[in-house]
Amino acid sequence: MSVSVRIPTILRTYTGGAADVSGDGATLREVLQKLDADYPGIGARILDENGKLRRFVNVYVGDEDVRFADGLDTATPPGTQISVIPAVAGGQ
Amino acid sequence: MALASTETTATTIDFGPAAALSCRECGARYELGPSFACIECFGPLEIAYDFGAVSREQISAGPTNIWRYRSLLPVPADVADKPNMAPGWTKLVRADRLARELGIRSLHVKDDSGNPTHSFKDRVVAIAVEAARNFGFHTLSCSSTGNLAGAVTAAAARAGLDACVFIPADLEQAKIVMASVYGGKLVGIEGSYDEVNRFCSELIGDPLGDRWGFVNVNLRPYYAEGSKTLAYEIAEQLGWRLPDQIVIPVASGSQLTKIDKGFGELIKLGLVEEKPYRIFGAQAAGCSPVSTAYRAGRDVIQPVKPDTIAKSLAIGNPADGPYVLDIARRTGGAVEDVTDEEIVDAIRLLARTEGIFAETAGGVTVGVLRKLVAEGRLDPDAETVVLNTGDGLKTLDAVAGHARPTAVIRPSLDAFRAAVAG
Repeated sequence: MSVSVRIPTILRTYTGGAADVSGDGATLREVLQKLDADYPGIGARILDENGKLRRFVNVYVGDEDVRFADGLDTATPPGTQISVIPAVAGGQ
Repeated sequence: MALASTETTATTIDFGPAAALSCRECGARYELGPSFACIECFGPLEIAYDFGAVSREQISAGPTNIWRYRSLLPVPADVADKPNMAPGWTKLVRADRLARELGIRSLHVKDDSGNPTHSFKDRVVAIAVEAARNFGFHTLSCSSTGNLAGAVTAAAARAGLDACVFIPADLEQAKIVMASVYGGKLVGIEGSYDEVNRFCSELIGDPLGDRWGFVNVNLRPYYAEGSKTLAYEIAEQLGWRLPDQIVIPVASGSQLTKIDKGFGELIKLGLVEEKPYRIFGAQAAGCSPVSTAYRAGRDVIQPVKPDTIAKSLAIGNPADGPYVLDIARRTGGAVEDVTDEEIVDAIRLLARTEGIFAETAGGVTVGVLRKLVAEGRLDPDAETVVLNTGDGLKTLDAVAGHARPTAVIRPSLDAFRAAVAG
């Protein structure tokens, strides 16, 4: 059983334009590793050179910002919806 | 109803002195377009300029609104001729009574409640409308904590664009009414502002949001530049001088970042004399991810779930937070927060000393100003400016319990004497 990953517009060049792709893995870290295997290069856009989430990227597992959960170790049970979103928005 | 501009625009793209989009993180440059995040590193894109010669005289001869600074903004030279809200040039109020009460020598309140929809948001939206026109968008949209939604629907009405704006469903009633009255669609989302924001970011990548200009997402590089006009106005109104210290509210951190950029540009263009200035950021304790990181000496923001009466500042995951930390530390300022009680108290203090009724965000800045002075962290002898970015009429509930009639009496002198004058 796989998870679903929502790809932001600026990364769709890696997925052939697909907005949603399927992924696999027990944690977010594993899902991103598999994603990079499927779409080479996409992982380095989401993670920095130290393997951490980039400062200006938000990742949601279900409705939860993973920074409120266990970060890259957040569990991703089958059927989970994962969203990768640029952090650039907001008000005052 | 969509406008004629929905079909590919015949007009050429004209952003005046704006030359390119540039990534604030890695410096990658892009053509001017409706992009907001760097493809390389997700960093925020901002406008890079090729400024021509700009003089004080040229600015002073311009209209009494933000378009007097059009040669410093990403807008065409004829921007003032198109239907727009003409925001800005709000009062810089000399606040001697508040200064005396706080024990400081020289204080001004930049009162942005005087804008057309009663908050500073009219400034940023005006720039975004011009970008939407340039890109041929037919619908103006945003995620909003309230003030922005009203500014967007009003500006869209005047410009003849469609509007569809998104807010957390539990906002203050005044903000909901204001955002609705100008027409367009107002959609309440069951969730926090950060969830509204996330929703909008996803909508942008979907066909449903095709040819929509989200002022604070895909038009954000343009939109955010509007906050520079606060810096320009403050300097011009002080007699072409920078203040020594300024206290600015922090939600996403965009406004503070752009005021710093604006001061820097004035120095670089020789419009003001170069001098050090200290920038202080103000948050509500119930949503203080930036002040918390500042105190902890960190440069990474840990998002929070907001719980404060200062709803216009209730952004738990502030995109420009890291830059606020950089600027506060670089200029010798600080980022501080105050409790909801201190916010209400500061609203009343500003009202009774200066006759300015601020919304909760203004209570936050005045409250933080008071705290910084009391703790000796702000120089009481230096020229200080504090921002009020919105109108108290929009957040009546915050003070309603404290602001009541002194008495209700029969229309007789005896009753008045007994209740009040006696």
